[in-house]
This record gives sequence, structure tokens and C-alpha cells, in this order.
Amino acid sequence: MSVTNPNWKPKIVAFCCNWCSYAGADLAGSGRMSYPADVKIIRVPCSCRVNPMFILRAFERGADGVIICGCHPGDCHYTSGNYYARRRLTMLFSMLDYLGIERGRTRVEWVSAAEGAKFSKTMNEFVETITNLGENRKLGDIRCKKS
Amino acid sequence: MQKIGVFVCWCGSNIAGTVDVEAVAEALKSVPGVVYSVSYQYMCSAAGQKLITDAINEYKLDGIVVASCSPRMHENTFRKTAEAAGLNPYMVEIANIREQCSWIHKDKEEGTKKAIVLAKAAVAKLKNDKPLKAGTSQVTKRALVIGGGIAGIQTALDVADAGYEVDIVEQRPTIGGRMAQLDKTFPTLDCSACILTPKMVEASQNEKINIISYAKVEKVSGFVGSFKATIRKKARFVDETKCTGCSLCMQKCPSKKGKDEFNMNMNNRPAIYIPFAQAIPNVAVIDPEQCIKLKTGKCGLCEKVCAAGAINYKMEDELIEREYGAIVVATGFKPIDPSPLNEYGYAENADVVTSLELERLMNAAGPTKGTLLRPSDGKHPHEIVFIQCVGSRCDENTERGKPYCSKICCMYTAKHAMLIRDKYPDTNVHVFYIDVRTPGKNFDEFYRRAVEQYGVDYIKGMVGKVAKEGDKLMVRGSDLINNQQVEIAADLVVLATAIEPDPSARSIGTMLTASMDTNDFFTEAHAKLRPVESPTAGIFLSGVAQGPKDVPETVAQASAAASKVIGLLAKDHLVTNPCVAESNELMCNGCSQCEKVCPYGAITYIEKEVRGPGVREVRRIAQVNPAVCQGCGACTVACPSGAMDLKGFSNKQIMAEVDQICL
Amino acid sequence: MNSIKSRALELLSDGTVKRVIGWEKGEGEADWSPALFETAEEMNSFVYGDYAGSNLSKYCLKFNLAEGKTLVVLKPCDTLSFNQLLHEHRLNREKFYIIGAGCKGMKDENGRLLKCNACKGKDFEVYDEIIDDEESRKPLNVFDRMIGVAELEKMTAEERYEFWRGELSRCIRCNACRNVCPACTCVKCVFDNPASGVQSKAPVTDFEENMFHIIRAFHVAGRCTDCGECSRVCPQNIPLHLLNRKFIKDMNELYGDHQAGVGTEERTPLTSYTKEDAEPSVVHERGNA
Repeated sequence: MSVTNPNWKPKIVAFCCNWCSYAGADLAGSGRMSYPADVKIIRVPCSCRVNPMFILRAFERGADGVIICGCHPGDCHYTSGNYYARRRLTMLFSMLDYLGIERGRTRVEWVSAAEGAKFSKTMNEFVETITNLGENRKLGDIRCKKS
Repeated sequence: MQKIGVFVCWCGSNIAGTVDVEAVAEALKSVPGVVYSVSYQYMCSAAGQKLITDAINEYKLDGIVVASCSPRMHENTFRKTAEAAGLNPYMVEIANIREQCSWIHKDKEEGTKKAIVLAKAAVAKLKNDKPLKAGTSQVTKRALVIGGGIAGIQTALDVADAGYEVDIVEQRPTIGGRMAQLDKTFPTLDCSACILTPKMVEASQNEKINIISYAKVEKVSGFVGSFKATIRKKARFVDETKCTGCSLCMQKCPSKKGKDEFNMNMNNRPAIYIPFAQAIPNVAVIDPEQCIKLKTGKCGLCEKVCAAGAINYKMEDELIEREYGAIVVATGFKPIDPSPLNEYGYAENADVVTSLELERLMNAAGPTKGTLLRPSDGKHPHEIVFIQCVGSRCDENTERGKPYCSKICCMYTAKHAMLIRDKYPDTNVHVFYIDVRTPGKNFDEFYRRAVEQYGVDYIKGMVGKVAKEGDKLMVRGSDLINNQQVEIAADLVVLATAIEPDPSARSIGTMLTASMDTNDFFTEAHAKLRPVESPTAGIFLSGVAQGPKDVPETVAQASAAASKVIGLLAKDHLVTNPCVAESNELMCNGCSQCEKVCPYGAITYIEKEVRGPGVREVRRIAQVNPAVCQGCGACTVACPSGAMDLKGFSNKQIMAEVDQICL
Repeated sequence: MNSIKSRALELLSDGTVKRVIGWEKGEGEADWSPALFETAEEMNSFVYGDYAGSNLSKYCLKFNLAEGKTLVVLKPCDTLSFNQLLHEHRLNREKFYIIGAGCKGMKDENGRLLKCNACKGKDFEVYDEIIDDEESRKPLNVFDRMIGVAELEKMTAEERYEFWRGELSRCIRCNACRNVCPACTCVKCVFDNPASGVQSKAPVTDFEENMFHIIRAFHVAGRCTDCGECSRVCPQNIPLHLLNRKFIKDMNELYGDHQAGVGTEERTPLTSYTKEDAEPSVVHERGNA
């Protein structure tokens, strides 16, 4: 176990679909419902645009947690996008778990455009989970040579 | 190397309050590729936009980042600014440092740091942006209005008035909706039917309006300007073109056990019926659940008496397929069922009624012919208790009701109280309320008249229990002003029940991919600035489908929605979203994975000679129809080779953002 | 099974096919390699037997546009791969003459192949004719192919991480797994695609190096027939099939049984959905940590 860096702050990437969750995040903003600045949002048209490669890339580049937010199942702006996303991300998360990566580092949450409060609550919870998990060491290099 | 300009907005103190905007502008200066970086108080103002235009010209910028409010707010503004200055409008990226930064972080140092990261991520994305050119698509000059209540009727009339065809699809056998069930309307007390039915007639006589009643929208595909809808017109077993509405069949029909929906099921109607005298279309309909002929094959009385020969027992549902340029959702509302709120005893006591039931009990065409009689024994009630906020304004975490205010109940309860006191001065009327909300033109004056002139007894407090004792209903509640418990022996209890979206709204919302809130009201594109548009282009909102409102508000919104529809239909072409998928033919396997996940059928395959470095062969490759693709990106992830990419949200662009954020 | 050789020769000689994809002997006794035969003379070195382990489906891609028909010899499990490529429109059925070859389980110098211990049966999914015998129709003794995955699942997260780090750190990125895989058939791999944003030539801490196996497994998920070629060819003996089988196991458990390459349904579990699918949190809710 590495010694925890006292200056460490979690790096969290949140992929938000344009129609629901990004709008939900905006609503959290207009309602001044705060959550930690560690969360940085990337806007995507739909949760189905999130390629597992983006998630792995984020981890590899130093992210400590990645969360994907989309419209509630059944409410996708594109009808079916989040259904595909749900299967893909379930598979990816399961694989990461299988490789021994902490389960808490990945999360999917469905947040509608009207759920500013839920967005804020979700982000607060997620930051707390990641803070408890600490720095992401494992996913920086899943095949790193044993020293 | 690209020449990038960065424009950091203060948004007055909205951003500058918790983000050191000057420090952000300064920090961005050192980012490779950024040749100009500045902050300004209001970037969206004319002066702010001029600042951008001037910088684009002076520094020959080939891309700009605006760090400001949400792109959902001003992305289009700044794209237009860029375009006016000669820049491709898609070489603009927005860093959302207001909604997603300054407004949620209180620590200025933290906020500033995050704003810098977000602006840098936008620069990183911009570096991978490519100029995009929007295409055009046709506009079908016809509108579909779902719901034929006052909202749908008004929208249809206004759209038709501008010269465009409109189809109204109404699920019930007649248009008119909830307003047709009302007795009088506040605050003027004019008869609801008297002001509504002329509009219904006007709609039916307008040659641009096509009323498709007893029908529902079953499927919608397409996109703004060219939607395609499948409408199921249920078999009414009566030929609409032949029926004269003489109602002779209704008199002769031996089956009289159908519940009269128009009268809130308080009386029975025959199996063949016209919902009410002024129904449009004024055509009978057979209830197949009640019709003896349809159920057993015997009877056929209505067919025998119908001089017009309109009865057709073999009629089947009809499917209508039509194209529309715009769709208006006017699906309206229904009162909630107050039975689960068992303290009010609605389910057990016939004399506990909802306000809409009361409307029918007071209406001349209602089950009591307009004389107020209590349902249990047909006697005149002398003590009436109204209870407000039944199922409205409930704690969000309980199953007891709706969290929102249903908005219309205070006023209609005052109306009911006033009308009863006016007609039956020997009747005492008590109203239990939490607050009385009267924000509307002449509303408070109306309410005060109820109290001051008509002597309605308003009691601030809620009711804990309604229990039957003998032929009385004992209403126990609290009087918060006099700080005491009160008990009233009432003859009739009226519940001002909350209203909720019509049950059909949810499936229509899903069909239209129009977003809804947790209460199933349709959400507007912007709560303040775009209140009659859905975030889904081409879908407009009219009436209570969007949120509780009274008749004048509904009519106003219906006309507003119509003006938006007219604005859309007046265009011959629409500019399409250029952020669509595109397949790189050199990398495409033709494996059909992308096609499987495309919700629009925008992907087809062709055999094509592919030419590239060291390649010249005929391959099966995917092609995206940019007019059909809506840019969701599902295909890009299904594609294993990465041949399929999404313009404006490309793999490279998103990866660049990821890399920058994780630095 | 000399009859396969003679039948192939016959079809080549009478012009029904222009070429034959089969096997020839290499240096060692157990070292048989895929080979192309275009003349009767070349057919002399054609072999079929205990060491014909390689899956020839993928080699067909090269001849999909070639003139005339190509004869390919496929074992029962290989026909799944071939059929999957048909699902994906990568092969034109008309261009191939398939001899379904009976298989008694294949071997290498160390004995029966790992993949044959998870034999998926003796049915041919697609063929023009079958040449087999009584012996090759008998089912093999196999054990539950998911045992390896299940054992890993039972470990703690830390143990799993150590296991995979130990395995994957041996990878030399020779791309043998990718090159042999009949599902990894992209005309250009995403890792060689400059527009993907993941391609890079710089080694060591590079994304491609780090995440290659996860993404490769993800890209073939739902399309992988579990033919086991990846593990068979890995020079570092990394049990790559355990990655693919994890996806297969999860998909079967969550979305219903699916065997890639069976039947005519082109949709895979990842290109379909139901409204009632499990939420991704199902991963977090599973038993062990």
C-alpha cells in the first residue's frame, strides 16, 4: 500500500448526456446545489456515445473515478441509447471488477433534466466513495511490469 | 498551429463572484495554440460579441472557446457570432463555468482552478474540431395536435388560421376535454359549455382542421419537419359520415349499464351513446363492452332504428399514417383518485365527492339536471365541507400524493362555494385550506367576494378524518387560527383533488422522446425562455400536459405553442444538425453492428470500390444518411474498428477532453 | 481421414474450387500450420488429423473477393466462427465450399488442446458436405468451461488484481492473439487507427499497451465463439480466453444464453436490449468484494 499523498484530491470524470443529465447538472447549478469541484463534466449527446475506451483512458490518465449519467431508461432522447449503454457499461464494469479494480470507481446514474437535486446528491456521494477508496493505482497500468 | 481565442465571461458577479475570471484568462494564455485570451463582463451582450468578432478578425482566429454559462444557454448565440465574423460556427466550444462551476462552488480558489481546467479541456476539444456544414431538410406543412381539449382546440384553430393543415387526435369519442365537463368558470362565472362549444364547432367547421376522434397516436418516427405518425382510429361501429346524431339509437338501446364517463360515472348510459349533447363529432359510438349485439350476436336494435344506416357492427380499427412537420402535445390532465387517502373516506361514502364530480352535480346536463342533490339519498345538502389540497403539496417522500400545487383548486373551490351560497342561501359552506392562492387577474377579488359577500366559512387547517355517523359525515379538522379542533356534521364533503397528467402522457412522451419530469408533466426547453417547446425539436407543449394551469393560461399557452408551430411550418427547409455520424470507408468492415443499434435506420450498406493507400477493392461499407441521423452516437461504440465516428463529438475530441481533465 | 484430402483434391482438380485452405506439416511432428493449396501438386502436403487445431475461418477473409470458389476445411467449432463472419457480412457464403471435418479433439505436443477441453459439440453450423466417422461423432469428455472464470470470481479483488497483473505484465504485444482471432477481423484495427485517439506508437506507459486486452475482449464480446485460438497462440501463455469467457458468462447470466455463430440471428447481446435489463450496479451488488 502506498502512502497517501496528503495533497491528494480525487479526479473525477462525469460523462453526461446532453438531454437529461447535463441539463440536470445545469439545474443543480441554477439551484446552487453544491458538490465538490473534483467533478468535471464532459458533455456527450447520449450515454450510448460513451465508449469504454474513454473510461479506460480516463483511468489510465489518472482519474480516480468515472461516472456516466444518462436519461432514465425509457426516457432516452434517442429512444434506445441508454439501453445499449446500460448493457455495455454493465459488461465493462464487470470486467474491471474481474480484473481486481475497486467496484466503487465506476458508476452509472440516471438523472433527468428535472433532477438537479439528484445530480448534486449523486456527485456528493460519488466523491465521498472515491475519497474513501483513495488514489487509483491499479488502473493506471493494468499490465504494468512487476518491479 | 491553430490560432485560438479564449473569451472568459464574468456574467456580472454570477461567475466572477466565485471564479477569478482574470486569472482564468491569464492561465489560458500559456496554452499552446491560444493566441488571445480575455475576460469581459457580459460576453453575450452586444459589446461582448463585438469583442469576439473583433478578435476573430484581428488575430485571424480559427477557433474560439467561450468560458461562460451552459452551452444549453448560449452556444447558439456564440456560434452565430462566430459565423457572422467569418468563422465556421462549429469551431466554437463552450466551457461551462457558471452552472457547473461558479454556481456550485463557494471557494474562489477551487472555483478558479476548476474553471481553468474546464477552459483548457474546451481548448483541447477545439483543437480537434473540424469545420462542419449543416445540411437542410424539408418541412411537411402539417401539424399534429395530440389531445382535443381546450388546449388542443385553441392550438389547432390558431395554426389553421395561419393557413396550415392540422390534425387533432383525441382519445375520447368527442373533443372538448375537461373543460366540457365544467359547469362554470372562474372568475367570471360564465358557463363553460357556452364558451367552449362554439370553439369546438369552429374547429369542426374549419376546412384546415381534421378531427380524428376516438383515436390514439400509436407510433411516431422521424424528426422535426418530417415526423411520421401512425394513428389508430378505434372502431366506433357507427359510420361517422352517415350518423346524423339524432340519438334515437340511444333511446332504444336495451343495454343501459355503461358508466357515463362524461358525468364522472355517476349515472349510467346506453351501450350506444353520444357523450354529451354538444359533442363534436356529434356521432354515436358503441361501447363494445356493453353492446349485446357485439357480445352475443343478438339484438341489433340500433341498426333497425337508424334511418341513416350508420350502424356497422363489423367495423374494425383503422390505421392512419401521416406525415407532420410539428407535433403539439395537449394531453391534458385527470384528477387523482383520492381513494388511497383513506382519512377522507372517499371510497366508502357516496357523499364524499371530488370537485369535478361536483361540477357535474351542479350542471344542468349532469346526473341531477343541475339541482344540487347528494348522491346517497338525493336530498339537498345543507352543510357542505370543502377540503383543499387533497393530494397536492404532499411530502415528496410519501406515496400520499403529488409534491406540487395543482394551482386551480383554490379558485374553483371559491367558485363552488360562491355558486352554492348564491343558489342555496340556506346551505352553510365551510372550506378547509392550507393557504388560499389567488395570483391571477381578478382572482383575489373573486375569493374575497366568496368570503365577504357570500359568507363562505374559510377555516385554516387540514382535515384529519371524515367519518359517517347516521346520515351525516363528521368532518374533524383543526382550526389553526383559533387554535382549536373543529367538528362539522356535513351532508356533503367535496375534495379539491390534485390533478395529474393524463395517463396517456407517459407513453406519448416516450414515443416522441420528449422529456418529462418525475410527475410525468412534459418539460419545457427552458423553464423561462422557451416554455412552450419541448427540448426535442419540433415538439411543442400546450396546456396542462406541461404543468397545472387554468383555462385562460391554457389558452394563452396554446396560442403560444401555435405561434411556434407556425414559425416552423412557415419554413420550407430546416437546417439540420451537422453533428451526425460518419463512417470512414477505409476502415469500415461492413459488419452491420452499427446498423443494429441505430434507432433511426439511418445506416445502410453499399458495395463500393474503396481506394486508399495500398487498397483498391470493392467492399461492403456503411453509409449514414445525414438527414436521418440524429447524432446519438450509439453506432460509434458498436463499431469495433472506430470507422464510425460522430462529428462534433468525435473520439479524438472526447479523448482530448478526458486527457486534459485528468492531467 | 484421408478422404478429406482426396475429396479436396477431386474438387480442386475438377475446377469446382480454385484453391484449398487446409493444413501442412511444419518442422516438428505436432507443428501443423494453416496452408493454401492451389494445385494438385501442392495438395501432396495437405494433412488433416490430430494436430489440425488452428481455426481456418479467418483465412477465408482473404479469398472472399478472389476469383472462383475456395474450399475450406472446418471442424465443428470452426464453423461457428465461419457462421459468425457470415452474420457480420464479412464472408460471402457462395464463394466457399466447406468441408465439415470430423474432429476427435485436437492436440499439440503437450496433449489435448485446452480449447478442446471445452468442446462445444460435434454439430456443424454451416457446410457443403461433412466427412467424418463414428469415432469423431462421439462427444468429448469436457469440463465446465466457466470453472476458470468462476474460480477467479471467488477470489478477493486484490487477488484477482495480482493474478491479472502477473498474467498481463508478460504481454509483449506481439499481436498474435489479435491476428489469429476470427472475431478480430477489422480491416484496420482501432489501435492502428489514427482517428481513434488511442493509437500511438510510443510504448511502455501508453494507453494502447495498458488497455489493449480489455478493449480487445470488449470488441469481440458477443461475437467471440470461444474458439480459444487467442490462448493457444499466445507465446507468453497468457490465459486470454479467461477474459472472453468472463464476458460470455456475464452475458449468458444477465441477458440469456447466447452462443456466437449459431443460427441466423445477427444481433448479439450488445446490439440488443430489453427494457428490464439489469442496472450496471448489479456488478457492485454481487457477493464477494
